[in-house]
Amino acid sequence: MTLTAERRSAEESLAADQSPTGPPLFGPGTRPVRTSSFSALLHTRTMAVTLLITAAALAVAGWNMVSGSAMLGITEVIQAFLGSADEGTTRVVLEWRAPRVLFTLLGGAALALAGAVFQSQTRNPLGSPDIIGFSTGAYTGALLMAAVGFTGLWATPIAAILGGLATGAAVYLLAWKRGVSGLRIIIVGIGVSIFLSSFNTYLLTVLSLETAMSVATWGAGSVNDITWNHVYPLLAVTAVALPVMLAHARQMRLMEMGDDAASGLGIRLERVRLIQFTGGILLVAVVTAAAGPIAFIALVAPQLALRLTAASSVQLLPAAAMGALLLTASDAIARAETMPVSLPVGVVTLVLGGAYLVWLLVVMGRSKRGNR
Amino acid sequence: MSAETIKLPETPMPSTQAESHRLAAAGLTAGYDARTVLRELDLQIPEGSFTVIMGPNACGKSTLLRSLARLIKPASGEVLLDGAAITSIPTKQLARTIGLLPQSSVAPEGITAADLVSRGRHPHQSLLKRWGREDEAAVREALEVTGTSALATRPVDELSGGQRQRVWIAMALAQQTPILLLDEPTTYLDIAHQIEVLQLCTQLQAQGRTLVAVLHDLNQALRYATHLVAMRDGEIIAQGAPEQIGTPELVQEVFGVAARIIEDPETGRPLVIPKAPPLPE
Repeated sequence: MTLTAERRSAEESLAADQSPTGPPLFGPGTRPVRTSSFSALLHTRTMAVTLLITAAALAVAGWNMVSGSAMLGITEVIQAFLGSADEGTTRVVLEWRAPRVLFTLLGGAALALAGAVFQSQTRNPLGSPDIIGFSTGAYTGALLMAAVGFTGLWATPIAAILGGLATGAAVYLLAWKRGVSGLRIIIVGIGVSIFLSSFNTYLLTVLSLETAMSVATWGAGSVNDITWNHVYPLLAVTAVALPVMLAHARQMRLMEMGDDAASGLGIRLERVRLIQFTGGILLVAVVTAAAGPIAFIALVAPQLALRLTAASSVQLLPAAAMGALLLTASDAIARAETMPVSLPVGVVTLVLGGAYLVWLLVVMGRSKRGNR
Repeated sequence: MSAETIKLPETPMPSTQAESHRLAAAGLTAGYDARTVLRELDLQIPEGSFTVIMGPNACGKSTLLRSLARLIKPASGEVLLDGAAITSIPTKQLARTIGLLPQSSVAPEGITAADLVSRGRHPHQSLLKRWGREDEAAVREALEVTGTSALATRPVDELSGGQRQRVWIAMALAQQTPILLLDEPTTYLDIAHQIEVLQLCTQLQAQGRTLVAVLHDLNQALRYATHLVAMRDGEIIAQGAPEQIGTPELVQEVFGVAARIIEDPETGRPLVIPKAPPLPE
């Protein structure tokens, strides 16, 4: 026992002696962290930005818990969670606000994660699932299920997931030409997206008036009717998809250098692509199934996070934090007292995101960013 | 092709069979979709050589290099590493033996040289071992060998063409592979940077690595290669030391160019001088 310990410490001191020296390889914000079983380069700026955005998202989420048609105090909210508040407050907090707030946090993060992987895989800031038709396709799946008379806790999300996956497969196959190029996926995706939106409009006219009314509001992307039953599928999918996608984040970044370079570094391209695409589509679909297609979070969040972290390619965790902040903040605006009506959150994200999209297209037209 | 049989150099081919090799192609047939580019090709890369594959456009030289790098799946036949089909070797393990400098790669915008070079460490890293001392040492060494240490913290998109290519080579070097494949490493570089890159290749070979490169320029191939592979129409026409196979007949057969061969006054290697066409009367 002592012998092994001795040998290990001897090896460690040997390794420390061989520790490379010289001028710093990276900027001041980057430093290595090494223990016997773990080593990594830590980017202090990325970590600080991620923590700050997360804190902001949680603060807005807290505001959404206390504010609303009935303003509550923080103590009342805490009491509700502890079970010592009156029945009315408990219902407002636990059954109405908590699932909605949790959904906006998780759903925003999920959409942003999906956006980050698709932007990375297409090597283009426009390659986001809401632009290339996956959310529209998920909505088509849900509408088709409703048209044949099934709605429910699992039927709708499963239909949305199938719709999203089918759309993804269709876009991938249509864009396939000796491998897939990012730009072709985006162009084919936009086409598929337009086709599916008109098909969705057609489906709405076919549905019974009552169903059509309820899915029409949902079609704008709304979290007004979110219940715990919508949160569970999202929690389940995120719990599986997030760690798997994070584990492949490094491979994903290397693939941004081009397929040949990534292959040369020992990356199994099709495997990583399949994992990240499937993960992204599942996340988008499960959010869409509950809240309808919420526009632009997936498009905007990864790019905003990228600019704040000053990294060279989109990062999953900062993007997820930014998505959570954007969706909770959009929800705070949508349900603000000053609004004449309770807006669907999708309308707010559409306005914010639309402005961003115009800006992005102008910038892309001027510089080479995104033209790669 | 003319009906006349073309005379190949009289000098006997060096028996590559006898030389030791790790990387080889056996009965390799490969191409894109329905188009077959290489047919039943056999090749051994001599260990420790700077092998240059050359030939006219569309002769299959890039396809051959890409097959050796496992970027293209053979339709039939095999690419062998130490006698085993490379398709049977785990990708990461293969990436610790064979490094690749592809013809076109994209540096993510704003990435620094050191950051890019450290990506070459991927086959040596794992989920928990993401940046060990050996990774840092390898990156420092790769930067030093390529003369890019001073550029470490500079963004790659601000570097000159030659500097950028050296950084990309440094990335492949950080991979610390005994075999390095380079697909047209001098394309788009001006002459000074071409020479810079080729001399670096020679230096790397002298340090004991095996290099395989596709080159466009015939005279550069003759000057820098220790082993030359001449291709036309997906077939290997000749291979061997440049001094042995660099003949007017070969230039005529491979490129369809009438040329004289003189001795390069600098290196003593063959130098191709295309013949001037007769002036119109």
